[in-house]
Amino acid sequence: MQATTSSTPAVQLPGRRPLLTRKGWGAFFAALLAVCALAPLLNLWVPPDSAFHLSDYAVALLGKIMCYAICALAMDLIWGYTGILSLGHGLFFALGGYVMGMYLMRQIGTEGNYGSELPDFMVFLDWKELPWHWMLSDSFVATLILIVAVPGLLAFVFGWFAFRSRIKGVYFAIITQALTYAAMLLFFRNETGFGGNNGFTDFKRILGQPLATQEMRMLLFVLTGCTLLGFFLLARWLVRSKFGRVLQAIRDAESRVMFSGYSPLPYKLTIWVISAMMCGVAGALYVPQVGIINPGEMSPAASIEIAVWAAVGGRGTLIGPIAGAFLVNGAKSWLTVVAPEFWLYFLGALFIAVTLFLPQGIAGMARKLRRSGGEARPLAGTQAEDRSPAAKEETRA
Amino acid sequence: MTPELMKAGTARFERHLEREAQRRAALTESGGRSAGYARHALAGEVDVTHGRILYLEDVHVSFDGFKAINGLNLDIAPGELRCIIGPNGAGKTTMMDIITGKTRPDKGTVFFGSTIDLLRHNEPQIAQLGIGRKFQKPTVFEQLSVFENLELALKTHKGVKHSMFFQLDSAQRDRLAEVLHTIHLAGSVGRMAGELSHGQKQWLEIGMLLMQDPKLLLLDEPVAGMTDEETARTAELFLRLKGKHSLMVVEHDMHFIRAISEKVTVLCDGSVLAEGTLDQVQADERVIEVYLGR
Ligand SMILES: Nc1ncnc2c1ncn2[C@@H]1O[C@H](COP(=O)(O)OP(=O)(O)OP(=O)(O)O)[C@@H](O)[C@H]1O
Ligand SMILES: [Mg+2]
Repeated sequence: MQATTSSTPAVQLPGRRPLLTRKGWGAFFAALLAVCALAPLLNLWVPPDSAFHLSDYAVALLGKIMCYAICALAMDLIWGYTGILSLGHGLFFALGGYVMGMYLMRQIGTEGNYGSELPDFMVFLDWKELPWHWMLSDSFVATLILIVAVPGLLAFVFGWFAFRSRIKGVYFAIITQALTYAAMLLFFRNETGFGGNNGFTDFKRILGQPLATQEMRMLLFVLTGCTLLGFFLLARWLVRSKFGRVLQAIRDAESRVMFSGYSPLPYKLTIWVISAMMCGVAGALYVPQVGIINPGEMSPAASIEIAVWAAVGGRGTLIGPIAGAFLVNGAKSWLTVVAPEFWLYFLGALFIAVTLFLPQGIAGMARKLRRSGGEARPLAGTQAEDRSPAAKEETRA
Repeated sequence: MTPELMKAGTARFERHLEREAQRRAALTESGGRSAGYARHALAGEVDVTHGRILYLEDVHVSFDGFKAINGLNLDIAPGELRCIIGPNGAGKTTMMDIITGKTRPDKGTVFFGSTIDLLRHNEPQIAQLGIGRKFQKPTVFEQLSVFENLELALKTHKGVKHSMFFQLDSAQRDRLAEVLHTIHLAGSVGRMAGELSHGQKQWLEIGMLLMQDPKLLLLDEPVAGMTDEETARTAELFLRLKGKHSLMVVEHDMHFIRAISEKVTVLCDGSVLAEGTLDQVQADERVIEVYLGR
């Protein structure tokens, strides 16, 4: 054994890992190009009778799924990387959506059915003025801030208490379910001023511009795509920093993290709040595209679906959950047309099948195939090579 | 705050009041202090001028009425390598839990140096103060590489913002390389910790302790699952660390103890049964009885 350090021969220490591999950047810019140039071209300029035309229906569907993909990405940060399963992420999504919805309601102006300055449902309830929490809803800037601030603040307060009490695993998941359920009941009530079970709809304008035009839809689509790609880079940056490795360490051996001198609370809280904010942004992009927001988005099932996308795609890979959101929702939109009554069975079966046969999701499967094919490293999987994030947790949950 | 914590807090506060009252009663005009030369207690510095780096007095812990630690008194000198032996269930691991803040004692005093009351700190704070711990069951980050495991353990700021922008500097890289050699894992830098053998995991965990550069190392059964050769190397390593660091080693392996020990403490039923050199304690009637009587 070498007793002194002077004789230590050089060790090949791994160098700094790039944000994305060269191939990864290639794929990234291809995606960016597809969203920002190809899609508008095919939708707006290619005539509808051409085989290359991208239909409005497809634009709407893809736009919606990209919002879901943001949620799946956010879920991966907290569940895949940190090992904290949230079954309440739909709440943060809905909150972002409601903030945007309030703004869009105010944009209707006096063109509602009752011709009043107040939103229709308030007139219907015989309210004379806007309740206090609608105060900032006419300002677009305030709306942009609140879209992240409201979910962020709620996540911070909730997370602070939950993580401080060291609530973990299934208990945490159940509490988040309860939270979103409680919020749903609250939003269902007419007195709370969120439009009751109808929520908000019949939007007309955003920033004074009509919403129902093909160009506006395309603009929202491009915006959503860029947000998704931007968030992907942000998430990549987070997980490949030492911060991200501490998160994975917390997932794998929290006590070791503590005895290494890290306090897990601020780490969990940070990623939890970031994840909630991402969902808020997703919700805000979703509402003007689908034209409605109601308490259904806060239903426990909606939150569970987000977790399913992440699990199907492959936890702890970032790219996997995004793919999972596309795959599952693509299947959903197809199946709800062909055989609507089977959708829930299909979802359940899919979840069970993935849990049993593909614990690492499709990203894990793709990696395995690629490895047996003798190819190079995957796009975003350098960080997650061979890492099956706590498969045990799934069985517990 | 859990009820236990609150209860413990109340109990501590009452003891404090009691002591305070006694102190008041003994006060003289000069405030009860005798003249002395001023010595600054530096924040975060361990004060070992009294010849003790770790000091436990009359510590009690019970789990649902079962007294796991029962009036434990123990102290360790700076630079000492202390071996702790004792039958299963003697409370060795529980003692380490108390020192590292994982378990709150019902009663007792635990000091790091003569100024730091460990009972007032939580696990991460105690780690940052300079107490490193190896668990009985090797605990490493299985889904991170050997390199990343060591990097995380490195002594540096442990805050969120700092972690986000952290890059190893060259001195830290050298340190990491040095530790990799010490623990004989230089050839496995890039391997996932989960793929290592049991003995290698033990070493990785020891390596992580070294990265933390603690003043006091608590090692719970460090050579369990190691081959004879690995065990011998570990003994060498500990002897090398002795002096610069203080070590507390819990082991069942008597050959290993013999190789490294100077002073051995025998723990039984939550308190110290005997203390001395290995030969002394092995000759002790009571020690023979607890080991053979079970
Ligand atoms: N969290 C706990 N709850 C209940 N009982 C506990 C707990 N931790 C330890 N004990 C009990 O306290 C006693 C002391 O346990 P401890 O793990 O400290 O023993 P040990 O000396 O480390 O034994 P070993 O040599 O087997 O590791 C045991 O009887 C154990 O069952
Ligand atoms: Mg033990």
